[in-house]
Amino acid sequence: MTGAWLGPAEWQAVALSFKVALVAALVSLPFGLAAAYALARGRFPGRDLFSALVHLPLVLPPVVTGYLLLLAFGPEAPAGRALDALGLPLAFRWTGAVLAAAVMAFPLMVRAIRLSLEAVDARLEEAAGTLGAARARIFATVILPLIAPGLLAGWVLAFAKGLGEFGATITFVANIPGETRTIASAIHAFLQAPGGEGAALRLTLVSIALSLAALLASEWLARRVAARIRA
Amino acid sequence: MTLEVAFRHRLSAGFALDVAFEAPPGVTALFGRSGAGKSSVLRAVAGLLRPDEGRIAMAGAPVFDSAAGVDLPPHRRRFGLVFQEPRLFPHLSVLRNLRYGRRALGLPANPAREAEIVEMLGIGALLARRPAGLSGGEAARVAIGRALLAEPRLLMLDEPFAALDAARREEILPWLERLRDHAGLPILFVSHSLPEVARLAARIVLMGEGRVLRAGPAADLLADPEAAEFLGPREAGAVLQGRVGRTAPDGLTEVRLAGGTLHLPGVTAAAGAAIPVRIAASDVILALTPPVGLSALNMLECRVAGLHRGRGPGVMVRLECGGEALLARITARSAEAMGLREGLALTAIVKSVAIGPADLGG
Repeated sequence: MTGAWLGPAEWQAVALSFKVALVAALVSLPFGLAAAYALARGRFPGRDLFSALVHLPLVLPPVVTGYLLLLAFGPEAPAGRALDALGLPLAFRWTGAVLAAAVMAFPLMVRAIRLSLEAVDARLEEAAGTLGAARARIFATVILPLIAPGLLAGWVLAFAKGLGEFGATITFVANIPGETRTIASAIHAFLQAPGGEGAALRLTLVSIALSLAALLASEWLARRVAARIRA
Repeated sequence: MTLEVAFRHRLSAGFALDVAFEAPPGVTALFGRSGAGKSSVLRAVAGLLRPDEGRIAMAGAPVFDSAAGVDLPPHRRRFGLVFQEPRLFPHLSVLRNLRYGRRALGLPANPAREAEIVEMLGIGALLARRPAGLSGGEAARVAIGRALLAEPRLLMLDEPFAALDAARREEILPWLERLRDHAGLPILFVSHSLPEVARLAARIVLMGEGRVLRAGPAADLLADPEAAEFLGPREAGAVLQGRVGRTAPDGLTEVRLAGGTLHLPGVTAAAGAAIPVRIAASDVILALTPPVGLSALNMLECRVAGLHRGRGPGVMVRLECGGEALLARITARSAEAMGLREGLALTAIVKSVAIGPADLGG
């Protein structure tokens, strides 16, 4: 039942979703860490506004987020044209799906990392400073190892969220087989076509299995890292 | 290599620090009640607290000078600070904790120095362990070793005993005495335990309500009846220099002082060693003539050097015993009945069991 169970179009959607979610979670990780650090430690004017902006995709209708991305990075928008000229076209490309997934998953990632940053004992950082470590070194040798579980949890959460992203993706990059048709878009397309229920159901099961596996993996990894740190 | 500290800092609406003192090489104790601002002084010296104004300098070079706009960050000061809690890095082994400072500073590995510090602190068996598995005393020693291995120009200890019970304190104190005698750097030590201060410190900076009340050599300050009031009349007591003699079969050891010989239990130092002996002022009884038929073994021939009447019914009597100062706390009524006056010769009596191991240097 392995190869025959999923048709080529379905396999294509699963593989694309995997690629999009993986790249989106990887690319947004440094930005997520920076945003979480700014929110957890930063005292700057406009901090509340910044926090609201970071969390906006969580509450905004996904179609609005997708439309805003289209306005900003569409073929006619200056930013879109500039990226196109640099060899990174976004509109109606899988790279655009990566951007949509990254933006939608961003609040979840930032939240997980921020919580772990807030749990780091600032007194350890003071101790590191008196031992001769500058800020950058304290970050690399004390903060980063101690927030590793949170970083990992945030990454996996973003990956799982990216796997299932639909609204912003379909609005921004449409539903092009092989380019932007992820699992969610494919399910949507199969449901529109007569006789597509079987394929839609199979992809639904795949979607559930992948999301569940990702969440369980994140829990397991976080526990292992935490145990290693405390042991 | 003298540390100069002089700064002002408002900590809260009702509490401001205003301190000035110097710490030459050797142990200087910052002594005072909790809330006197001792820890904040250490934080300012370490660079973790930025004073409103003032100057902090080591060997003449400022690490902070508000007038000149100098404010070195902690990692550029090279001042070691051992906090009240060990603050070991939980994700690193004891060995990697110890080496953290050297690596951060880019200092070359120094196996000889490392072995020396590990040996001095007795932490050789712990090197592969994680901090979570250490006892309080072990963790405190590792924290001291970690600070020392970073080759600081000054070592600060913020109540390294605060989290430890009496038995653990006794375990740590000898290590600190070795540190004082072998490390060869200025040590600034915060404590609110007078026996600890008397045992370790050569100089005392007495703090209260954010200010320096008194500062000076420990022997002078501890035998100063006026300072005794700040130190706490119940806690006050002079430190005398003793030389260990022979130990009798009953466990009492002779300790010879300038004014006479004491017979003390619990002396661990070897015969011939010079040790400081702290005698609490309230443990001293005065007699005008050498008494007979008394159970106390320890009598010192002294002369009254001064009387200090404080608040309450007590009088602090400053005695001179063979060139050394001793304090006795008696009631004003007794002082009057005995006719105590400067220059009067008398006998000071100390009960052996009043002097515990905490009062004796090792």
